[in-house]
Amino acid sequence: MNWKAFLAMLARDAHVARRNFVALLFQTFLQPLMFVFIFGRVMVGSGYMPPSYKSLLLPGIMAICMVGTGIWAVAMPLIAEFQFTREIEDRLLAPMEISWLAIEKVVAGSLQALAAGLMVIPAAWLLLRPGVDLHVPHPLLFVLVALLVALFSATGGLALGCSMQQTHIGLMFSLIVAPMIFFGCTYYPWSALEKFPLLQKAVLVNPLVYASEGLRATMIPQFPHLPLLAVVVGLVFFNALLLLTGLRNFHGKSVT
Amino acid sequence: MVAGIRTRDLRKVYNSAPPVAAGTGGFSFGAPKPKGKGKQPKPEIVALDGISLDILPGEIFCLLGPNGAGKSTTVGVLTTRVRPTSGQAFIGEHDVWQQQVAVKRLIGVVAQRPNLDFSLTAREILTFHGAYFGLSSQERAKRAEALLERFKLTDRADQMVRGFSGGMMQRLSIARAMMHDPQVLFLDEPSAGLDPQTRLLLWEIVREYNQGGKTILLTTHNMEEADALCKRLYRSRPRHRSRHSARIEGGCSWRLLAAPPLRPSLAGLPPPSTGPRRRPRSPRQQQQRCRPLRRPRRLPRRGGCCVGFRRQRRVVRRAHLRAQP
Repeated sequence: MNWKAFLAMLARDAHVARRNFVALLFQTFLQPLMFVFIFGRVMVGSGYMPPSYKSLLLPGIMAICMVGTGIWAVAMPLIAEFQFTREIEDRLLAPMEISWLAIEKVVAGSLQALAAGLMVIPAAWLLLRPGVDLHVPHPLLFVLVALLVALFSATGGLALGCSMQQTHIGLMFSLIVAPMIFFGCTYYPWSALEKFPLLQKAVLVNPLVYASEGLRATMIPQFPHLPLLAVVVGLVFFNALLLLTGLRNFHGKSVT
Repeated sequence: MVAGIRTRDLRKVYNSAPPVAAGTGGFSFGAPKPKGKGKQPKPEIVALDGISLDILPGEIFCLLGPNGAGKSTTVGVLTTRVRPTSGQAFIGEHDVWQQQVAVKRLIGVVAQRPNLDFSLTAREILTFHGAYFGLSSQERAKRAEALLERFKLTDRADQMVRGFSGGMMQRLSIARAMMHDPQVLFLDEPSAGLDPQTRLLLWEIVREYNQGGKTILLTTHNMEEADALCKRLYRSRPRHRSRHSARIEGGCSWRLLAAPPLRPSLAGLPPPSTGPRRRPRSPRQQQQRCRPLRRPRRLPRRGGCCVGFRRQRRVVRRAHLRAQP
C-alpha cells in the first residue's frame, strides 16, 4: 500500500471540493432546508402537523443530506472521469493498486457526507427552534451510526458511479435516488407504516431505512424506532455489499 | 536503472457487446436479449495476434501502422490498462500484469487522446501528478515550473485546462508523463493535433529525453515522424484489413504517400458523376503513378517537399523490410 499516493489523491479530492464549495453548499443543503422550513415550520405552525414532528424530521433530513452528499461526491466525478476523456487515467497509472483508488474515493465521499451531516444539524435546528427535542444519550453510538451512514453513502456512490453512463444520470436520480428517499423512512418513522404491513416489510431492502432509523435511535430515542442492533447489522451488510459491487465494477471500468 | 521492454506472444481478443438498447426504442439497463432460442455468439475482435518484441534499454522504438492495427492496444497492455488474453509482457525485469505497481513506477504514458484532469489547472496537474509518485513539494514545484517553461505553457500555467486548445492539452499531457522522470516513456501518437512548429519542439524534447538513457516507445502512422525519431520500427499488421491498410500491406512502399487517402468510391460513396469514366489503370501505369515526383527546378536542392518525399520513401522501404519475419 502506497500511503503517499493515497494521501495525495485525498488532497486532490479535497482541493477540488474546496474549489466547488459554494456550489456544493447550495446543492446539498438548499432543498432539504426548504423542506425543513415548509414541513417543520410552516405546517407545524399552521397546525397541520403535530409539534413533535419537528424532532422526528431532523434525523431524516440529516440522513438525506449525508446520503445525497456522499452519492454526489463519489458517483458524479466517477461517471465523468470514466467517460471517453478518461480523466481518471493519471490516478489509475499512479504507483498504487487500483482498488485503493476506489477506496480513496469512498473515504473522500464519506468525509464529505460526515461534514454535510454535521453542518445540517445546527442549520435545521435554527430553522425549527423552538420545539426540537434532541437527546444523544450515547454519543459513541451516534458517532458509530453516523460513520456507517457516511460509508453507506460513499459506497452507494461508488457502486452507482461505476454502473451508470453519463446519459443515464437523470434516470439514476428518478429511478433510484428519489424512490430511495421517499421509501427510506426519512420524512416519517418506520413504525408509521404499521397500517401498510406489506410496504413496511418491503422497505427493509432500502438501506436508507436503516440510516434514518439509526439516526433517530441515537438522536431522538424517545420516539419509536428500529432496534439499534438491526440498524448496525443492516448498515454493515449493505456497506459490504455495495463496496464489493463497486470495487468489481471499478476494476471492470479501469481495465479493459 | 535503465529498463527495456519485452513481450512474448502477446494476444488480445476483445468481446464487443451489442449496443445498449439497440433496436428496443427505449432505455434498458442491460443489453437486448436475442430473439431466437439459442444465444448468438459475441463477435470477437482480435486486436493483437502474438506480438513478440524486444526493445532495448535506452532505445527509441516505433510502432508503425494504420488505424486499427493494434498500436494503442499494445501500449495499453504494456501500461497495465489492457488485460492481455494470453502472452507475457515485461518492463525491465517486472511482469506487467503480475507486478503492476513496480511497473507503474517505471513508466510514463501519453495517451492518444488528452486525458487531463479537467478539475485542475495546468500547474496543479503536474504537481499532483508528482505527489502521486512521492516527490517532495519543493521538487514538484521545481519540476513543474521547468516543464511548463519547456513546453511553452508558463503563460497559462494557472488556468483551468478545460479552456486549452487541443495542442496545448497534448503538450501538457507529455509534460505530465515526464514529471516523475520515468525510465520508459510511452507516446501514443504524440504529435496528433500539433502544429508543425510544436511537432519539431516535441521531437527535440523526445530526443533529449532519450539521450538521458530513457527508453521510448512511440506509436504513429506518420512515417516522417518515425523516420525523424526512431532507430527501429515495427509495422503493426491489422487482422481485418481495410482498403486503406491493404495498400500498406500490399508492399508498394510509397503508394500510400503518392495516392489520395481514400477516394469516395472506396468509402462506400457513389463515384463522382462529372466527366467520362476513366479506364482502370494497368499495374504498370499504377507503378508509374506511384513513383516519386521529380524535384521541381525552382526548389532548392536540400529543401521542399521533394526532399521530404524521398526521405519518406526510404523510411517506408526500411520499415517494410524490417517488418518481414
